[in-house]
Amino acid sequence: MREVYARPRNVSNTTARLARDHRPCIEPAQGDTFIAFDCRPAVLDPVHAIMNALSLRQLNKTYAGGVTALQDIDLEVPPGDFFGLLGPNGAGKTTIIGIIASLVRPTSGRVEVFGHDILTDAWQAKSNIGLVPQEFNFNQFETVSQIVLNQAGYYGIDRRTALERAERYLRELDLWGKRDANSRELSGGMKRRLMIARALIHEPQVLILDEPTAGVDIELRRSMWDFLRGMNERGTTIILTTHYLEEAESLCRNIGIIDGGRIIENTDMRSLLAKLKSQSFILDIAGSVSDFPTLSEFHAVPVGERTMEVEVYGDQTLSHLFAQLNAAGVDVTSMKNKSNRLEELFVRMLDNRAQKTTPRTR
Amino acid sequence: MASLYPAYPRQTFIALRTLVWKETHRYLRIWVQTLVPPAITMSLYFIIFGSLIGSRVGPMDGYSFMEFIAPGIIMIAVITNSYTNVVSSFFGAKFQRHIEELLVSPTPNYVILAGYIAGGVGRGLFTGLIVTIIASFFADLRIHSIPITVSVVFLTAVLFSLGGFINGVFAKKFDDIAIVPTFILTPLTYLGGVFYSISLLPEFWQKLSLANPILYMVNAFRYGILGSSDIPLGIAYTLIIGFITAGTLLSLWLLNRGTGLRS
Repeated sequence: MREVYARPRNVSNTTARLARDHRPCIEPAQGDTFIAFDCRPAVLDPVHAIMNALSLRQLNKTYAGGVTALQDIDLEVPPGDFFGLLGPNGAGKTTIIGIIASLVRPTSGRVEVFGHDILTDAWQAKSNIGLVPQEFNFNQFETVSQIVLNQAGYYGIDRRTALERAERYLRELDLWGKRDANSRELSGGMKRRLMIARALIHEPQVLILDEPTAGVDIELRRSMWDFLRGMNERGTTIILTTHYLEEAESLCRNIGIIDGGRIIENTDMRSLLAKLKSQSFILDIAGSVSDFPTLSEFHAVPVGERTMEVEVYGDQTLSHLFAQLNAAGVDVTSMKNKSNRLEELFVRMLDNRAQKTTPRTR
Repeated sequence: MASLYPAYPRQTFIALRTLVWKETHRYLRIWVQTLVPPAITMSLYFIIFGSLIGSRVGPMDGYSFMEFIAPGIIMIAVITNSYTNVVSSFFGAKFQRHIEELLVSPTPNYVILAGYIAGGVGRGLFTGLIVTIIASFFADLRIHSIPITVSVVFLTAVLFSLGGFINGVFAKKFDDIAIVPTFILTPLTYLGGVFYSISLLPEFWQKLSLANPILYMVNAFRYGILGSSDIPLGIAYTLIIGFITAGTLLSLWLLNRGTGLRS
């Protein structure tokens, strides 16, 4: 028999875990002793509100040209979270990041970082944030070490500490050998890692990355994922925007989906994926699609001369599908998921919202 | 606006020191672009206007033409270099977007302003010193009053650094950082009594010249070196300090609003 601590809805695992002195919250199973505890949503509880790594309240942004970029954004990110902000281009992701990082002025609303208001308690709030922007924004005429050391200076870090940290983070990001190189001479991947080193030099509690792996090759992307996972395991709260949904699915614990300047979904990855009722599979078959039988329980459509797309619902099994194909004498040569699961869900959610007349680009 | 005493004095000082050093390092690193050109241009002024033409011009306000123009030429160097340094550096930071390094950091706005002004003042005074050394080869510069000379040149450097900063805040493209120096600063400087005493002008042009603030700085500086001025010193100081106060308040207001920096 296990003792299980229940986690109320709307409270992330991490907040609940902190609230229970690091005792893990697990899903209850039959036979468990059920111990409930009070862990209301952070917004209702000032103690937990202070504990939030990031809290956005009623954030609105209308640009000078009259474009409304954000509407009534409320978002709470608990400490230690790995939070993904997803949305199509122009949805407002970069505006949210810009406001948190004080590069964009909100029209109204508040931003707090560990309870410190970004405007009234700027030193504390800003010292807790590290930003890795989407586009390169360092001085092309400065060397790698000058860039990170200057950044340390802007955060009031004394020279000796700055030198120690610069060495540590440049080594960790494999840039130590390039420390005296001009930043403009670096490769694209190195420039991106330089921006990460620069964002870490003041050892922020919250690391914000705007599309960190855009235009990065697969090998570097994987090593950046490992690096970010490591940072997160050591306690850094990570918030990233991405349009690689595979990235979000692989890294993030909680997800916010933003579209048209509004948060349309804010939940943990598991419950998000559970919403996905079916998956599509692409089957390559030995014969022609004209020989493909009509299946009694599965919806199948031809997508090529020897390729079929089959939709499999949650209550159906693949072995059942193959049994039917076997019986009809169809040989399947290969099979793959049409897309990763999150992507499928994401596209459906956005499609449901999109006006029929305006085709959406992904 | 932030309180006068910083909440994190030690950190604020480190941020200021970092920015001052970065700005100083910038103009020293590109010394061929920043320090050599004024030395060459101003040497040419001394050779052509001072030695060759000046010997035929005769005395001006009782001084040899070379002695008369030397303070003005030093001031041209100080004014142009203070202004150019801040406007190029600040606009460059906006253009390359590395100004964001400062904007995301907790560095207060007044430290950002002070850091850039320090860079402009540093380069202005450095080139002023170089030109003074060159001038001493051509004219016998006996400084009449060191406190007046130093304070006027320093305040002028501060004022034009602020001007460059405000220009940099508003600038959206490279044209914008050239317009003010070319169409406003250069004419005002050359008409600011560098090469002539305004007593030579007809009365109307004398009166109009008094509306040119640079006239007061050039004359106050000339008083510091030669002991002679077209205008009363008190007015010159009041004007310079008044402009500095207004420029500082405007710059801080623009920074706090995020004009040209935060969308």
